[in-house]
Amino acid sequence: MALIHTAVRPAESPLAPGELKAKLRIRGLNFHYGTYQALRNITLDIPENKVTAFIGPSGCGKSTLLRTLNRMYSLYPDQRADGEVLLDGENLLDARQDVALIRAKVGMVFQKPTPFPMSIFDNIAFGVRLFERLSRREMEERVEWALTRAALWPEVRNILHRNGNSLSGGQQQRLCIARCIAIRPEVLLLDEPCSALDPISTTRIEELIHELKNDYTVVIVTHNMQQAARVSDFTAYMYLGELIEYGITDSLFIKPQRKATEDYITGRFG
Amino acid sequence: MNALHLQRRRVNAVMLFISGLAVLFGLFWLFWILGTLFYEGGTALARASFYYQMTPPPGADGGMANAIAGSVALIFVGTLLGTPVGILAGTYLAEYGKGNWLASATRFLNDVLLSAPSIVIGLFVYSVYVARVRHFSGWAGAVALSLIVIPVVVRTTDDMLKLVPNSLREAAVALGCPTWRMVLLITYRAARTGIVTGVLLAVARISGETAPLLFTALNNQFWSLDMNGPVSNLPIVIFQFAMSPYQDWHRLAWGGAALITLAVLALNILARSLFSRRD
Repeated sequence: MALIHTAVRPAESPLAPGELKAKLRIRGLNFHYGTYQALRNITLDIPENKVTAFIGPSGCGKSTLLRTLNRMYSLYPDQRADGEVLLDGENLLDARQDVALIRAKVGMVFQKPTPFPMSIFDNIAFGVRLFERLSRREMEERVEWALTRAALWPEVRNILHRNGNSLSGGQQQRLCIARCIAIRPEVLLLDEPCSALDPISTTRIEELIHELKNDYTVVIVTHNMQQAARVSDFTAYMYLGELIEYGITDSLFIKPQRKATEDYITGRFG
Repeated sequence: MNALHLQRRRVNAVMLFISGLAVLFGLFWLFWILGTLFYEGGTALARASFYYQMTPPPGADGGMANAIAGSVALIFVGTLLGTPVGILAGTYLAEYGKGNWLASATRFLNDVLLSAPSIVIGLFVYSVYVARVRHFSGWAGAVALSLIVIPVVVRTTDDMLKLVPNSLREAAVALGCPTWRMVLLITYRAARTGIVTGVLLAVARISGETAPLLFTALNNQFWSLDMNGPVSNLPIVIFQFAMSPYQDWHRLAWGGAALITLAVLALNILARSLFSRRD
């Protein structure tokens, strides 16, 4: 396994060369909501085709960090980020970047399922139509492909015309994942994707995450430490806007380097 | 059972009684009005000539055909003029103008316009349009009505779009969707029934307006849908006939009033059934 840096070490090359390729490199990232600083000098590498989890108590900045990775914050004029987020070497925070293209490469799934008020088919086709002009047949194939990848196809193959809102919560969330991968992103950002779901749906999504990492770089924010331990390869523990510790999930959970991390994961704090 | 609990139940019973009484009080007048309207207007409405004959001179037999057609034309054109402006302005307020001064100022002025007496709007159109071209016209009437439609539609569009959860907008944007497309394909669709309801309520509101038409469309004794000249319409005919000393004119006025009420009722029921089908 790769050598992983902790936040204690300055991050020149947090991943050992030749072993794992970093898909996203975050360098000296600061984030402000108006005058409030939510992220402080975050530096970490997110490896390709792995699942990376951000954990930490509420308000620690883990969701904020996730939302900088697809420039979601640009929607809100009082939010700003400085530093660098490099996707395959290109700085996403650069004002000259086309945010629509960034978001096509870096897809996002939210905490609450957000099906669009249209049919299941159109939910998937909506995103595809933004970037590609497909024939009816190609579109049908794409929709089937995306729904199959999201492990939803068998349940909806006969009800594609039905409104996305008519599905159960767990199905809606898989629909959102399908919608996201239909435009063939490279990175998937999952913002507490299971927190509104029942345990069975949660298990299904977790299995799905496991499969998806073969083709995508997955970053997941979770409140649930067991979930982080179950699904992720790498875990970053954050507290008060700072990255406290980052490393291979197993070693972080079994033998944390820092006292603060240990206190959090053993439940003494947070 | 302790004293505090008994006290609470007593207060509850008293409050329930008072609010029930208030409901009955309101319903009493409402049903009285509706009862009188249909009692007095029913005979006129029941006659077929009401719908195909012109407004008569005193003493002659006649109907309201020209007024009904004129009202439909004025309301149609007024709604057609006012709705796009209202929806677009409401969209600006809810989707683009978050927190900026132009949006706050517009919202405030719109609320003022919403509660402005409609006679002011009539006089305004009279002074800027009718007085210049020196004749009353259907266009002037439709413009006056559209000025009443706009604030109602702006307000409901703004409110309905604000009800669309932000998470839906973020979800669309997260797919790389530009704002205009997100508004057009996602938030409009999510708020569709609410916006349509707003438009229907605006139509209901203008269908009974008299004051703005008094100075603009005026009235016409004959069949005319020429929007460049005076156009007959129900509210003004009702006003004129009800003020007259003639019995048969009174009957027609009652009929007209009942017809407007029925139309508004139908629109409200339509709006409600649309709203309850929200998914």
